[in-house]
Amino acid sequence: MENKTAAVKMRNITKTFGSVVANDKVWLDIYRGEILALLGENGSGKTTLMNMLSGIYFPDEGQIFIDGEEVVIRSPKDAYERKIGMIHQHFKLVDVLSAAENIVLGLHEKGRLDLKAAGDRIRAICDQYGFEVAPNQKIYDMSVSQKQTVEIVKVLYRGADILILDEPTAVLTPQETDKLFAVLRNMRDDGKAIVIITHKMHEVEELSDRVAILRHGHFIGDMPTAKTNAQEMTNMMVGHPVKLNIARPDPVNPRPRIEVRDLTVRSIDGIKKLDNVSFTANSGEILGIAGISGCGQKELLESIAGLQPTESGSICYINDDGSREELLGKSPLSIAEMGVSLSFVPEDRLGMGLVGNMDLADNMMLRSFRRGRSLFTDRKSPRKLAETVVAELDVSTPGIHTPVRRLSGGNVQKVLVGREIASAPTVLLTAYAVRGLDIHSSYTIYDLINRQKQAGVAVIYVGEDLDVLLELADRILVLCGGKVSGIVNGRGASKRDVGMMMTRLGGNRGNE
Amino acid sequence: MNKRNQGPLVHITKRGVMPWYFSWGVRGAAIVLALIVCAVVTTLLTGENPLQIYATIFKGAFGTPRKIWILLQNLAILLCISLAITPAFRMRFWNIGGEGQVLVGGLATAACMICLGDRLPNGLLIPIMVAASIAAGALWAGIPAFFKAKWNTNETLFTLMMNYVATQLVAFFVIVWEVPKGAGKIGIINQSTEAGWLPQIGDSKYLLNILIVAVITLLMYVYLNYSKHGYEIAVVGESERTARYVGIKVDKVIIRTMLLSGAVCGIAGLLLVGGTDHTITTTIADGRGFTAVMVSWLAKFNPIGMIFSSFLLVFLDRGASEISANFGLNHSFADILTGIILFFIIGCEFFINYRLSFRKAAKKEG
Repeated sequence: MENKTAAVKMRNITKTFGSVVANDKVWLDIYRGEILALLGENGSGKTTLMNMLSGIYFPDEGQIFIDGEEVVIRSPKDAYERKIGMIHQHFKLVDVLSAAENIVLGLHEKGRLDLKAAGDRIRAICDQYGFEVAPNQKIYDMSVSQKQTVEIVKVLYRGADILILDEPTAVLTPQETDKLFAVLRNMRDDGKAIVIITHKMHEVEELSDRVAILRHGHFIGDMPTAKTNAQEMTNMMVGHPVKLNIARPDPVNPRPRIEVRDLTVRSIDGIKKLDNVSFTANSGEILGIAGISGCGQKELLESIAGLQPTESGSICYINDDGSREELLGKSPLSIAEMGVSLSFVPEDRLGMGLVGNMDLADNMMLRSFRRGRSLFTDRKSPRKLAETVVAELDVSTPGIHTPVRRLSGGNVQKVLVGREIASAPTVLLTAYAVRGLDIHSSYTIYDLINRQKQAGVAVIYVGEDLDVLLELADRILVLCGGKVSGIVNGRGASKRDVGMMMTRLGGNRGNE
Repeated sequence: MNKRNQGPLVHITKRGVMPWYFSWGVRGAAIVLALIVCAVVTTLLTGENPLQIYATIFKGAFGTPRKIWILLQNLAILLCISLAITPAFRMRFWNIGGEGQVLVGGLATAACMICLGDRLPNGLLIPIMVAASIAAGALWAGIPAFFKAKWNTNETLFTLMMNYVATQLVAFFVIVWEVPKGAGKIGIINQSTEAGWLPQIGDSKYLLNILIVAVITLLMYVYLNYSKHGYEIAVVGESERTARYVGIKVDKVIIRTMLLSGAVCGIAGLLLVGGTDHTITTTIADGRGFTAVMVSWLAKFNPIGMIFSSFLLVFLDRGASEISANFGLNHSFADILTGIILFFIIGCEFFINYRLSFRKAAKKEG
């Protein structure tokens, strides 16, 4: 280990965006035959640093050495020439083309386009590392995990031996994650250098050989994974000690609050997104929803919130006195006018929950601007609310008049959640509330959700991280292809079982 | 090897928030630069003394009290149309049908003046004209809005096509009402009775228009920035999904905003026909429905800023006419100058938002 020369050395890398310093004199070494986990909170500059290595950004200052030789990476093409390949969080594939066509796209190989030869090379790569890719399959026919595989094969096909993966497991099931890790280990053993960006501590411990930690754009340190633990890494990332347990207080006086019966939803193209879904969400309880992404989670929440046209079924809101009100077919406005205080933290924060170009105060107003009979908007109370949210949830922002799109992911989410719980809801719907958030912000959000639960709110929490769902939720509803695969108790459920239920209706128990 | 070790020659970085004097400094510098380039072009192409040409532009705009009044009147009409399309633009509804909406507003006004002029007293006729022009403009904008809201048709094409329909409609009625028969034009309506002519304030023909537009500017500013409707427009413009999520009825907002947009265009038509021209032709809007798009964009959809951007465009246009008259150059030459100046003004926004860093002299690293 000592006498290995670094495949990549980054020295004194500085990158600024406007007045924001994303990377400040960062040093980083990447070795061959090693998996490096790059850790840091949101906005700590991990992705920026890797983007400079893969030619998307150009550093303001600093040097990059590859195998001891200083290089300049001006474009992704330069990066490929240096055998650096990055797999981004959002895939960059052409849907209507096949895997092979996507892989050779933009390569400008000499001679005629020979998809057959390309297919053979792709198969060779797959056999070498244990991938499964059908070169002729179209991208639109593929699952998320298959698309990711195509992305990885794409960079390998271009000869990359330094691979960077930006949060590769965020969209995968536990089983798919295991498969990915096996492949990554094979590649490491083949002598490739691998960098993985992730927020999930147990993955870091399971997979990586070395960790490097960034905080607020500064390089904090690196060390072999074996010599550290989740607690120490988290403390280094955050800068002060944090507790790593998610609290799960017992439900207080749970009563049925939302009753969904036989809900069926079709998309505009006529595809069944939800099929006969029935369940009850109780007050004072967190109902977790698990499932592979795109299994109807979004449609389920949006149906309850009155944003999704439904085909059949019913959604009943049950008042404290036992009276029932039908929510199905009502618009968000009429639901609110019925006196049902329903809050919704949607998956798409800046495209749906907030307006990116508006400042914090104006975003607070989204929920409250109709109040009062005046023709004019009341600007004072949203401003006050924005100040309260900033102070109470510790939102880091230059001020309440900063457009929210300039905030980092975690702070955007705090603003959104802060606004949604400010209206004292009785039902709180959250979709991927901690997606892309670092540990510190995630725990803030869990804490907020728990407090709502203790206040008697019926919380429906759609999550992707099974470890978190198993620690946070009182009950877990597992969706599989738009159907309810099962509802399990959060206390005592096993990750394996839930994982199986996600991929097959009923998990191990039933095959129908 | 040495060559490879260099970064890109120029690289572009986004600036942070700049103080207002910085951005205005850049804009000022852009105008100065534009004038210098114009001077060079002028000397090369015509051999005239550029300073003299600038003096002429200035004289064309401000030379006599009459010229100042015309400038203000043109400014008022252009500003009025720009204000009209701005609510739609803030909603990202690309209403380029201002031209047609002004035309039908003017047509409705003319129809009232011609058909009712001899039967009703002015006290009754003028309110009817106001109502008719507003209704006509609103209708013309409401049709594309309705189709957009219900079936998501493309508003840009739709409003553009409505312009042609409006032009043909006016052409048709010009023949119906032509005076004298066979003249192919209407001439001054009710010249003897002045029925339906908007009243004059003092002895200025244009003051009323200017005052009305000033009031509209203020109202529009307040409406867009402080009213609940204005807030809804902004939310719908930024993200329809967010609007639906918070329970804003997007269809309703689109139609309501376009009705307003068309209504104000209708008023512009009323001011043109009833206030100053007292006749109607197919070219009465004179392309201002399109120029207004530029005015609105240049001011970033801010009604107060639009006072300045419309002033700039009217000033350049008036000056340009003067040059073509005085120097025997044709009007196209003045248009070239206007183009150069606009190029610089629009281009400078790039430098306000981004910084260019040039590669420093090759640094040897140790």
